[in-house]
Amino acid sequence: MFDTLSERLEKAFTSLRGKGRLSDADIDATCREIRIALLEADVALPAVRQFIGAVRERAGGAEVSKALNPAQQVIKIVNEELVEILGGETRRLRLAKSPPTVIMLAGLQGSGKTTLAGKLGQWLKAQGHTPLLIAADLQRPNAVTQLQVVGQQAGVTVFAPHPGTAEGGISGPPGDPVAVARDGVAEAQRRMHDIVIVDTAGRLGVDTQMMAQAAAIRDAVDPDETLYVVDAMIGQDAVTTAEAFRDGVGFTGVVLSKLDGDARGGAALSVRFVTGTPILFASTGEQLSDFDIFHPERMASRILGMGDMLTLIEQAEASFDADEAQRMAGKLATGTAFTLEDFLEQMMALKKMGPLSNVLGMLPGMGQMKDQLAQVDDSDLDRTAAIIRSMTPGEREDPKLINGSRRARVARGSGVSVFEVNQLVDRFFEARKMMAQMAGSMGLPGARRSNRKNARKSTRGAKKGKKGKAVRGPTAARVPAGLPPGMGGMAGGGMPGQPMPDLSKLKFPKQ
Amino acid sequence: MEYVIIAIVVVVVAAAGFLGAGVARTRRAKMARLPPSSTTGETATLPNPTETVAPSIDSPTQALPIPAPDVEAPDLEAPALEMPEPTANRLIRLRARLARSQSTLGKGLLAVLGRDRLDERAWEDIEDTLLQADVGVASAGEIVQRLRERTRVLGTRTPGDLRALLSEELVAAIGADTDRTLHTFPHADAPAVVLVVGVNGTGKTTTCGKLARVLIADGHSVVLGAADTFRAAAADQLQTWGAKVGARTVRGAAGADPASVAFEAVRMGTEDHVDVVLVDTAGRLHTKTGLMDELGKIKRVVQRQGPVDETLLVLDATTGQNGLTQARVFAEVVDCTGIVLTKLDGTAKGGIVFAVQRELGVPVKLVGLGEGADDLAPFEPKAFVDALLG
Ligand SMILES: Nc1nc2c(ncn2[C@@H]2O[C@H](COP(=O)(O)OP(=O)(O)OP(=O)(O)O)[C@@H](O)[C@H]2O)c(=O)[nH]1
Ligand SMILES: [Mg+2]
Repeated sequence: MFDTLSERLEKAFTSLRGKGRLSDADIDATCREIRIALLEADVALPAVRQFIGAVRERAGGAEVSKALNPAQQVIKIVNEELVEILGGETRRLRLAKSPPTVIMLAGLQGSGKTTLAGKLGQWLKAQGHTPLLIAADLQRPNAVTQLQVVGQQAGVTVFAPHPGTAEGGISGPPGDPVAVARDGVAEAQRRMHDIVIVDTAGRLGVDTQMMAQAAAIRDAVDPDETLYVVDAMIGQDAVTTAEAFRDGVGFTGVVLSKLDGDARGGAALSVRFVTGTPILFASTGEQLSDFDIFHPERMASRILGMGDMLTLIEQAEASFDADEAQRMAGKLATGTAFTLEDFLEQMMALKKMGPLSNVLGMLPGMGQMKDQLAQVDDSDLDRTAAIIRSMTPGEREDPKLINGSRRARVARGSGVSVFEVNQLVDRFFEARKMMAQMAGSMGLPGARRSNRKNARKSTRGAKKGKKGKAVRGPTAARVPAGLPPGMGGMAGGGMPGQPMPDLSKLKFPKQ
Repeated sequence: MEYVIIAIVVVVVAAAGFLGAGVARTRRAKMARLPPSSTTGETATLPNPTETVAPSIDSPTQALPIPAPDVEAPDLEAPALEMPEPTANRLIRLRARLARSQSTLGKGLLAVLGRDRLDERAWEDIEDTLLQADVGVASAGEIVQRLRERTRVLGTRTPGDLRALLSEELVAAIGADTDRTLHTFPHADAPAVVLVVGVNGTGKTTTCGKLARVLIADGHSVVLGAADTFRAAAADQLQTWGAKVGARTVRGAAGADPASVAFEAVRMGTEDHVDVVLVDTAGRLHTKTGLMDELGKIKRVVQRQGPVDETLLVLDATTGQNGLTQARVFAEVVDCTGIVLTKLDGTAKGGIVFAVQRELGVPVKLVGLGEGADDLAPFEPKAFVDALLG
């Protein structure tokens, strides 16, 4: 995987600790790293260029602050610029004064329009609207059937007068999507639907005929919102395509789809950059409920590969007692002192931070692990807590005590099977082992430090100014297997004596 | 403050531990539920085969361990069946289509190469143009590096020579003499099996349809397996393709076990002595471990009857750097034997295949050039690069 921008900058800056102001050479080196990071995040080159120009300007004038090291400071600037470009604040859907409100969807093939139609329908319905979905994709085989099924799942009416391209419909007369769309709006008026969502066929920007058709649909239904749906995995073509849709159909809002993957989603920046149109929604999964308002700050951190650490840290601060946490960390480092009681406490503190899925969603780049974790819900935590609570203090202190008959008792006490108790105990030992390793790699007091030494060695080899492979150090060695890549760069060794009030410090290892 | 983070991580890791166990358990439970090769009581709870079983198919045996799929025979008399275009013409169209999206790539590069002095700036421009084709930082850097060395050694100056050199480099980077044969030759007693995989919306189903058509044009008989039982109307979509090109589609009920459908498609194909079975799978993001496990299982279950001859990963040419991650994970789970690069008829260049070739060595075998039934062509590095350079 890619190194995060923070890691890259750390490397670029190893040679300039303690300088008062960034020199031009420093800024050049920094900008090179930012450029690579953005390109690897699929931000389109023209957007990268302009973005770097802005960062260069700001970094040049900035006095190096005492609280932040240069890398942190540059990241802060980069982050602020990103959030600004991505929209600052989110806009809501514009509803028509006299219903129905017409929302038209447009985008490339396979970008996720039909699924989005269902999601939007369900979402609007939940807000008390009565949307009507219009099946105007008569191109792709069975797109109409798909919309009908999706509409049914969403509990929303679908207007589909033409079967489109389907087995039975091949020999029939080709449908006219413009007419379907127009009739759909009339139908909505008749049947008192206050919102219509027009699903259109996917099309290429260079396909002039299809673009003209899209414009004709637009003219026929006079949409209040035209949403351009773009796949978060799209690369450099994002700019060309967004321009083509802007010029061909025009759009008032952008929806980023497939954000549940691990693409950095630089397209968000590219599209925003060329069109200036706000990103309204994020589509984050195959279920109809996997749909959310777009959050610029989350997107900024994602592009930079840092997760939504700031929010996480704020929440953590509110939920965890700092002294307590410190005591806990000390125990962790030793490996065996961490008890089930401690675990229970931590779990309860974690619960206070809000729904688990939200918290996990904010952790950076967790990849596969996140996907697994997404399946733990809060009731799992409750069950686990119930099991631990059924143990005696002695047992919690020393889980090795929990033998067969005790396990049976605990199971009875907490209303779970013995199997589950077994599993909890077994996994606890395993997890504890893992934690000790992890504490070691993070440089906690009392833990082994070998990993950190390696990391330092690798940074020294990286000379600024070199591009590509030479700059990247081995990332794998830094964190134990199974840990998300972003974690390595997150919690550093912590330099004693450094003032700690700045939260962003947490993101950057200091060596 | 680090301690706070560590505390969170601790719990998360521990939770992951428990969860890991939980997942393993549910997964195992699911596996047990699947009736791979023996009869189980499950059959009863699975949706019944519909009445639309085509008469041309021999009646499926009663002892079927899996829900007897709804088999649709194409109506061969239907006038809708079109004659496929001979594959030989396709490459010519490929060049035309690629040229349609006339890249700034080719033009930009040649303008740079035509300068009288190749300074640092010029090389940066070359790299930038490669980057704009989604070639990626690492691959672009390497290509430029090699090009630099060769121009120095050879003392190349004229734009024509440089163009040839660049074209050579690009062809080399994509693999000049890589074997790109599509293994669709039937075995003595079993059909060749092709598994089509990829993330959502890349063009898997369309590719299955187009590929079926090519094979049929070449005189092979084909069965399509609709192992996308998840997405709404996915099986219908494949079946529409099948009917269009004259291939029979084996499908299960919505939500049925995809591995069973794939297994059944291959079983039917074997029984009917067809040449090739094409199995379309549901789009899945490579980050979803559950779905990737499911995919691995589809392949394993199919392999009970014999080898899977081709596992084709469908990559969308518009995909950026994430394409490499996709390829990496899919290759790990199902060991891809080839890439199908789709949507090359747009403005996207598909440069990510350079990185895929470089890191994984999985060759591009086919390219998708549009939504039409004949818009599929074999991948030819030279033609691809030439079209790219304009
Ligand atoms: N322009 C163009 N469009 C294509 C090409 N291949 C597929 N498409 C279109 O891309 C869209 C998605 O194609 P599908 O075949 O449904 O993709 P899929 O991978 O099966 O999608 P899921 O099953 O939903 O994951 C459809 O609108 C296709 O017509 C191509 O080579 N060029
Ligand atoms: Mg499909």
